[in-house]
Amino acid sequence: MSLSLEAVTRRVGRETHIDRVDLTFEPGSFNVLLGRTLSGKTSLMRLMAGLDVPSDGRIVMNGEDVTGRPVRERNISMVYQQFINYPSLSVYDNIASPLKLARMAPEEIRRRVHEIAEMLHIEQFLARQPAELSGGQQQRTAMARALVKDADLVLFDEPLVNLDYKLREELRHEMRSLFATRNTIAVYATTEPGEALALGGTTTLMHEGRVLQSGPTEAVYHHPLSVEAAKLYSEPQINLFEAEVRGRELAFSGAASAGEQGSRFVLPTPLAGIESGAYRFGIRPSHLGLAPLADDDLEFAVTVDIAEISGSETFLHVSNDDHSLVLHLAGIHDFAVDDAIRVYAPAHKLFVYAADGGDGAEQHGDGALIRSPERPTTTGGGLA
Amino acid sequence: MQRTHNNRAWWLVLPVVIVVAFSAIIPMMTVVNYSVQDIFDPSTRFFVGTEWYREILRDERLHDSLIRQFVYSFAVLAIEIPLGIAVALSMPRKGFMVSLCMILLALPLLIPWNVVGTIWQIIGREDIGLYGWALGQLGIDYNYASNPADAWVTVLVMDVWHWTSLVALLCYSGLRAIPDVYYQAARIDRASPWAVFRYIQLPKLKSVLLIGIMLRFMDSFMIYTEPFVLTGGGPGTTTTFLSQTLTQMAIGQFDLGRAAAFSLIYFLIILLVSWLFYTAMTHQDSDDA
Repeated sequence: MSLSLEAVTRRVGRETHIDRVDLTFEPGSFNVLLGRTLSGKTSLMRLMAGLDVPSDGRIVMNGEDVTGRPVRERNISMVYQQFINYPSLSVYDNIASPLKLARMAPEEIRRRVHEIAEMLHIEQFLARQPAELSGGQQQRTAMARALVKDADLVLFDEPLVNLDYKLREELRHEMRSLFATRNTIAVYATTEPGEALALGGTTTLMHEGRVLQSGPTEAVYHHPLSVEAAKLYSEPQINLFEAEVRGRELAFSGAASAGEQGSRFVLPTPLAGIESGAYRFGIRPSHLGLAPLADDDLEFAVTVDIAEISGSETFLHVSNDDHSLVLHLAGIHDFAVDDAIRVYAPAHKLFVYAADGGDGAEQHGDGALIRSPERPTTTGGGLA
Repeated sequence: MQRTHNNRAWWLVLPVVIVVAFSAIIPMMTVVNYSVQDIFDPSTRFFVGTEWYREILRDERLHDSLIRQFVYSFAVLAIEIPLGIAVALSMPRKGFMVSLCMILLALPLLIPWNVVGTIWQIIGREDIGLYGWALGQLGIDYNYASNPADAWVTVLVMDVWHWTSLVALLCYSGLRAIPDVYYQAARIDRASPWAVFRYIQLPKLKSVLLIGIMLRFMDSFMIYTEPFVLTGGGPGTTTTFLSQTLTQMAIGQFDLGRAAAFSLIYFLIILLVSWLFYTAMTHQDSDDA
C-alpha cells in the first residue's frame, strides 16, 4: 500500500488551505507532519482520508486514482486529539465495531480484539464503558479501534496532546513498536518538534498550507533547507542573526553588539569557502554556551532577560541591542535579570542561510540553506 | 471555649423556609386536612378518617378517568418523543435556516392552552374550520362533538402540535453538543446512519430525553384546558381526564373532602410514575456503564 499526493490543493471560499502539496508515503512507513496550529496538517489529513475532496491535484493509492472516492470506500482509520469512542458500548464492542461492520467471523473478531487490547494494555478493561476509563485508557481504546481493522492508512491527529507527559512518552514509545511490524502507512500530525524526533520515520514540515520540506526525520532535522524550516524544527526556536562575510572577515550587521573583539571576527575555519556577502546565521539553543569551546567561537555580549527553569534544564533568554538569543543549558543555573554575560556560538554548529535579498539569495533563493553544521557521526556537513 | 454552633445561621435559612411553607407545605397540609373530613360549610365539618380514600379507590368513574388518562399520556409520549427526535435530526446544523427553524418551533410553545383549544375547536369545525371542512370534502366523516374517536384524535393532535416543539428543541440542543469528530469517526468506520443514531446520537441524547419525557408526562397527565374548551370533556365522558374529574368534584359538587383525597392520590401517581421513568432511564445508564 503506497500513497501519493500530486499537487493536491484545497481551497475553501477564497482561502487556500492546502497549496500544491506533493508527497509520497511508502508502505509500512511512519510519517510525521510537523507544523504549527493552522498550518494545514488536519486539512491535509482530511484530504488523505477522503473526508474532503481536493480542489485540484490527484491522490493515488497503490497506483489507483482515489481522488474523489468517499471515505466509506477507503480502508482507513483515524485517531483524534479528543478521545472518540462510542459512549454506550463497552471497550470490547468499541474495538470490535469496525470488524463487525466488515462482517468478520465472531471467532476472528474475538481473537483480534484480544490481541490488540493486549498490545495496548487494556485487556483488563474490555468489559468497561469508555466513561469509566482514564484519558490515557480512552485514547488507547480509540487507538485499538483504529489499529484493529488493518487499515491501509492510519491517521493520527495530535492524539497525545490531551494526555499528561508521562503517558505521552509511554504511548509514543509503544506506537513505534506497534507499527514496526505492519504494512500500514501511519501519518502522525504534531506541533511539537520533540515528538517528531522521538517518533522517527519521516518528517514533513508544513507551513501555511505548503510543504516546506519532507524527508527522513534525521535529515530534515539536521538540514532544514530554509529559515522557516529551521524555525519549525527547533524547540525552543532556533536563534537567528544577520552577519556579513567580507573576504576573511565576519561582521555582525548591528552596530556595537559583540564582545571584546568588537563586532568583527576572523572568519572561522569551518565557514571558510563561503563567498563574501550578507547571510543569516542560525544556531540551536542547545549549541550556544557560556564559555568558548574554540578560539574562533563567535562571542556575544548580552544581558540576561529571564532564566526559565524546567525540570533539570534552564532556558536562558538574553539580548543586546541587535540580538535576542535563547540558550538551552543542562542543569539549573541561577542568573539575575540584567546580569551582563558573554555567550559563545561554536562556528561549526552554525547554519548559514541566504539573507533575504542578499547576495546568496540570487544564487540560492531567499532564506535557502547554504551550509549546515557538521554532525559528529558524519565527516562532511553537506546537504543530504 | 470553642463555639461550633451559631444560632444566627437559622436566620439565613428562614426566607427559604417561609417561601416553601407558603408555597408547598401549608397548602399541602390543608389538602391533607380536608381529605380526612366531610365538609358541608366552613363551620360544619366532621372527621371521617380514611373513608374518602376507600371510596375513591372503589369509584368506577375515577377508574375510567384514570385509565383514559394513562392511555392519553402514553399516546402523547409515544408520538411526541420519536417525532421530536425526528424533527431535531432533520433540522439544519448551521446557516440562517437554523434561526428560522428555531422561531417556527418556538411559536406553538408561546400560545396559551385555552387559545390552543379554541384554535383547534374552530379549525376542526365542519362548517367554518379549515381541517374539518377539508376532511368533509375528502369524504371523511369527522365530527369531534359527536364521535369519541374524533374527539380523542383532536385532543391528541392538539397536544402534539403544541408540545412536540419542546422535545424537538431539547433534542436539537443535545445533538448540537455532539462534536463533529464523532460523525467523522463514524464515517471512517463506515457506520450506517442507523448505527450513527443508535450508538452516537441516542446515547448522547439520553439526558435531554429524560427531561423531555418527564416534562411531557407530567404536563400531559395534568391536561385540563384543551379538552374542556373543545368539548367540555365529551362526547359523554370520553375526553374527561383526571384533572377535569377532580374539578367537577371540587367545584361542581363542592365535595371538598373527597376532592382533597383524590388530589393527594393524583399527586402520588404523578410522583410514582415520574420516579419510575427516572430510575428506569438512569438505571439503564449504570447498567451500560
